Parts: sequence; C-alpha cells; structure tokens
Amino acid sequence: MSLAISRRAALAASAGTMLFPGTDLRAQGANPITIGCGLSLTGALASTAKSVLLSAQIFVEDINAKGGVLGRPVQLIHYDDQSNPANAPRIYTKLIDVDKVDLVVTSGTNLTTPAMPVVMERNRLLMATLALAVNDKFKYPRFFQTMPYGPHGAEAISAGFFNAAMGIDPKPKTVALVGADAEFSKTAVSGARDQVKKHGLKIVYDRTYPPPTVDFGPIIRGIAASSPDIVYIGSYPIDTAGMIRSARELGFKPQMFGGGMVGTQVGGIKADLGEALNDVVSYELYVPAMADKLPLVEPMLKRYQPRAAEAGVDQLGFYVPPQIYATFEILAQAVQGTGGTDQDKLTNFIRATTFKTLYGDMAFGPDGEWREPRMLHVQYRGLKGQGLEQFKRPDAHVILDPPVWKTGDLRAPFAGGKS
Amino acid sequence: MPISASFRRAIPAASCSPAVVDKRSRGKRAWKGKPNGMDPLLELLLNAVVAGLLLGAFYAAVAVGIAIAFGMLDIPNLAHPAFVVMGAFAVWLLNDAFGLDPILAGILCLPPFFLLGVLLYQAYYACFESRGDNALQGLAFFFGILFVTEVVLILVIGADYRTVAAPYIGPNWRIGGIDLPLRMLVPALVSLLMIGGLHLLLTRSFIGRAILAVSQDPLALQLMGASPVRTKRLAFGLSIATAAIAGALLIIIQPVEPSIGREFIGRAFAVVVLGGMGSFVGMLMAAMVLGVTESLVATLFSPSWAPAIAFGFLLPTLAIRAGGLMGRKL
Repeated sequence: MSLAISRRAALAASAGTMLFPGTDLRAQGANPITIGCGLSLTGALASTAKSVLLSAQIFVEDINAKGGVLGRPVQLIHYDDQSNPANAPRIYTKLIDVDKVDLVVTSGTNLTTPAMPVVMERNRLLMATLALAVNDKFKYPRFFQTMPYGPHGAEAISAGFFNAAMGIDPKPKTVALVGADAEFSKTAVSGARDQVKKHGLKIVYDRTYPPPTVDFGPIIRGIAASSPDIVYIGSYPIDTAGMIRSARELGFKPQMFGGGMVGTQVGGIKADLGEALNDVVSYELYVPAMADKLPLVEPMLKRYQPRAAEAGVDQLGFYVPPQIYATFEILAQAVQGTGGTDQDKLTNFIRATTFKTLYGDMAFGPDGEWREPRMLHVQYRGLKGQGLEQFKRPDAHVILDPPVWKTGDLRAPFAGGKS
Repeated sequence: MPISASFRRAIPAASCSPAVVDKRSRGKRAWKGKPNGMDPLLELLLNAVVAGLLLGAFYAAVAVGIAIAFGMLDIPNLAHPAFVVMGAFAVWLLNDAFGLDPILAGILCLPPFFLLGVLLYQAYYACFESRGDNALQGLAFFFGILFVTEVVLILVIGADYRTVAAPYIGPNWRIGGIDLPLRMLVPALVSLLMIGGLHLLLTRSFIGRAILAVSQDPLALQLMGASPVRTKRLAFGLSIATAAIAGALLIIIQPVEPSIGREFIGRAFAVVVLGGMGSFVGMLMAAMVLGVTESLVATLFSPSWAPAIAFGFLLPTLAIRAGGLMGRKL
C-alpha cells in the first residue's frame, strides 16, 4: 500500500513538474534566475526543439552544479507552442507577465517572428536562436541572435555554396534553384538569387514546391531537363532526403548539388542517407573537423549524445547543442557581468562584449546578429552504406567555406554514392 | 511518336526539352540516363506518368482505410493518417530491433492494428454513434485522437526522424527510358495487392458482403438478423489495419516524424470523395489521377502548382458527378 501511494505521489509530482515547469524552485524560496522560452515540443518542429531543450537542460545542470549565477540557481521555464506560430504571442505574454521571467529566449524563425511584438512592447531583451534574418524588418535594439548568419542572414545561407562553386574549373555558367514554399527555404533561395547575380550565373530553372511533396523524382527530372551546371536547393529534412534519394535513383550528376538543405545536419537523416550524401554540399554549424579549435564542444556532445538517444532526438548533436549551450553561456556571463537582470544593462553589456563560449568567441553587431558570419559549407565525403558513427570522423565533412575554417577543396562533379 | 510542336511550345522553356536548353545553356547534359532513341520530351512525359502512377498507388494505400471508414461506414476518421504514421513507427521498431523487412513488419502489425480499430470503434460507438451524436462530435473526437496519437508517439518514441533499411531503398530499374525507383515501385505493388485483397474480401466473403450491406442500409442488415454494430466494428478494425501496411509503405518512401500524418489528411479525403464514397475502384482511379496530375505538373510546369491543379480536378468532377467517379458501387 505504501508503495502504491509513493508511486502515485511520484507520478503526481512528475506530472506537476511537466505541467507547471516553473513552480518548483520558486516554491522552495530559492529566488532563481528564470529563463523563459516557447519550444515546439510537439508538431513538425519537435525534433529540433527537443534537442534545444535537452541542450538547455544540460547547461542549467552545469551552471547550477557550479553554484548558479550571482549565487542564485538558474531555472528554465518553457511551454510547448505545438509548432504553431499563433501560440507564440500567448506563450511569451504568459512568460513575461505571469511567470515574470528574468530573461526571454526564442527558438526558430517562424516562432521568433510572432513573439517579437510581445517582447518589444514590454521592452525586454530577446535572445533568439535558430532564427533567420528576423530582425531585418523589426530592427529591435534589444534583439540578439546566436545562429552564425552574420549581418546578412539570407545571403549567408548560400554565399559559401556559391563561393565553392566558382572554384570549379571550368567555372559553372548555369544554375537551377528550387525550394520549398516555406519561410526558411524561400529566404535561402532568395539569397541564392543574389549570389547568382553576384557571380554572373544564368538561372535555367527557378521553382518552388509545396512542403507536403512525397515524390521528388518529377522535380529532379524537371531540373535535369534544364541541364544546369549546379543545383541549389532550399529544403526541409524530409524533402532533403527525398531530393537526394531521387537524384541518386535517376543518376542525376550536375557539377555541384546541394544548398540550404535542412536535415543534412541531423543524425537521423545523415544515418539514413549515408553514402547517398557523398559529394552533396550543404551547410553545417559544427563538424568534428573543428574540434581542435573548439575543444569544449566534443566533451559537451559526449554528455548530450547518450541522453539524446534516450529522448529520441538528434543523436549526433552537431546542429543545435553547441549553439544553444553557448546562448545560455552568454546570458549567464551577461547577468554575472552586470550584476543582475536589468534589461538595459544586459543589452549594453551583450553589445559591447566578445563572449568566450564553447562555440567560440561570439560578438554581436548593431542588428543583433554575429558580427562576422560563420556558416560552414561542407561537402560530405568517404561515406559507406548507412550508419551514424561514420559522421563522427573529421574527414566525413570537408569544410569548403569560410576560408578560415577550410579543410579541403570541392570535389566535382556530384558523383559519389550509389547510382 | 513525336510530340506535337504546339504542345512543345506550351511548356516553359526552362523546364522542357534538354536539347533546347542545351543549346541555350551550352552545358553538358547533366542527366546521365542511357540514350535510348526516344524523343526527350516523350521520355520526360512517360516518366512523369509512370512516377505519377506509382505515387497514386501509394496515395491509394493511405486512402483505402478512409474509403472504408468514411466512404462505407460514414465515420469521419480524421485520425487515419496519424495511424498510418503509428504504423510507420511500429515498422521502424521491428526493422530497427530485429532487422525485419518493412513490408513483413507491416504485415505483422496487422492484428494489433485491427484490434486497435475494433476498440476505437467501440469507444466511438459508445460515446457518439449510439446517441446519434456522430456528426460534428465524431469529427471533433477523431481530431482529438489525431493530436493524442502524435503526442503519444513523441513521448514514447521521440521526435527524431525515423527511417528503415531495405534492399529496395536506393536501386532504380531503367526499362526503355522509363525509370522505376524501387523505393516507389515496391510500395505501389504492395498497395495494389492490398487493395485487390480487400476488394476480394469485400465482394467474395460473407463478412465482406455484410460490410457492404451496412454501408448501404444498416436497417435492412439488421432485419436480416445481422448486427450492424458488430459489422461496423469489424470493418473499422479492417480500416485501421490497413494503416499498418500504409505506414510501412510511407517509411520506405521517406523518413517519418510524428506529425507528418497531418499532411496526408487533405489528399486522402480528396481521393475518397473524388473516387466516390464506398468505391474501391473509384478510389484507386482518383488516387492515380491525383498522382499523375501532380507528377506531370511538377515535371513540366511548376511543382508548387501540383496540388492546386490536382485538387482542381475535384471541383469539376463533383459538379458533373456529385457521387464522385464511381459512386457507391464496388
């Protein structure tokens, strides 16, 4: 009987923690520093958001184990926005007005945009993650973003791809552009159009496709029929897998194939595509070839990976965890540096400081983005069959751009993998 | 046979004949298909049609459960695509843990999915149908089931993308200039087998005829001494069981994550309505029409127009034939 009661009590306690995640530390009178965020824990964006949450939780555990910030524990308060942008304003209103969080973090382009007016109205500092070019229109002075797009976000997603393409001998002359009918892809392809103009290329195919596309064979055939030298694709994870598989199945071999392909960074898609990824060029945020210069990332990932496997999220962690951990490091350093959570002081401190994080040195420009972009464009090489482990080898991702991180030259044409 | 010059002109230059584009772009032909003497545009068209048929067969596998539940039993099971995703995850578990072939894993999942369908219908009947509240309330019930299923999948299995390994994922057969990616061909064949089997079951067996009868006149069935509720329970179990196979086909074609089912709701219901409520043959025809239209538009025009043009067929068809392509006949 006592066992049954304790089980019930444990269940009730865990249910309470899930439903009211921000109540426990405060109830204990611990006066925590609270960080509030909306996360897409269900719906189409759940895969990335669960990885964000796990990375944030690891940071909170680490900082609290060291005694917190200013002697106060750090507490994360989060709500599920169900991958629905319409829920974001409600969530951030609750976080700021009801939960009275000290700091606000957002995640994702589509979810940051609707949160902006709420945060701006209340004059709060906003630390955004995984958000592309959101502040280009708002121009909010208290906005900061930790994805390494730099001041020209739309361009950064494709600049490295085209820089690498122009190294092909003879230089490519024609390009095909294709992207999903969705915000990120449209921005990526729009940036690619600017790059096309800059490098004097000719567009022979420029189309979008609806996100619920199942078979990409017809799209690849349409592209192939226009005989482009290079192909730039802005796609989401499932589309990315479909595009690459279809290109392989149909034996499509342009000089260069890839682009702003979301999904090539994620363990599940990487493991599935395996050798089909050989020679594909896509962007990454962290790859093992950077481990020498960013020595703190690998130890963090070693702690993240087993927990990610248990939680059923991205098991490699190259895409989200280092950047998210660094985001929270910046907030902690700013609170420590200003001696509190005054939003004015925090804003000025973050703008004026170059932060030392596990993700490298980070400094923000006037628009709140990284002062210098650090989007990596990599080519996948030497992959065999399927499987995740091979992606942990430094030579599986050859960094083509930016030059300061470059580990090799582009291999053309796009020929590797099964055909 | 050469394609007429007028049709060739109708296709935007950027996405038509490689010969035309080659001249303009001065590039090498990137598509390394073996030369077979076929007119390039004809080859493009034939490939688009074949790809559309394969895609249509897959759509039919997803829609067949709805054709039974909605078309025959008048149960608006909006959650069916979520059960398809659940089937995909079940297949992934079996493939990942035991290395079972995805199709075989889908077949092994049939009994538990049938049982799940039986239990779900029992709940639906007790809460709504028996009280005559089976219209709007039923719709809300299945909408809720859709979200609950997604959340359960995320909590139990996680939100990561899941895929399966099978020897037919990757290879492509090229026959006379026509590409047949096995990743699409195998699901299409399995789908046709499943629909053919269901057709035989419904037309040749006693229980199948009872299901047809309950879809036409439940009262008459009751007067003949059979229980409409029991028959509908079995039929609904059957409809959910098809989700196991459809899930296996889905995860062969593409990676899955828990919320992906929502993307199939519109297409699957459109296929059933376009085909004609209760008609398997009509449902199959409608799925093929949808698939071929999508594929042709994506290949020759703009992929973003594909769903709009495919769904555009729905309106005139229903205006001319209110009961869909094949009405309620099986």
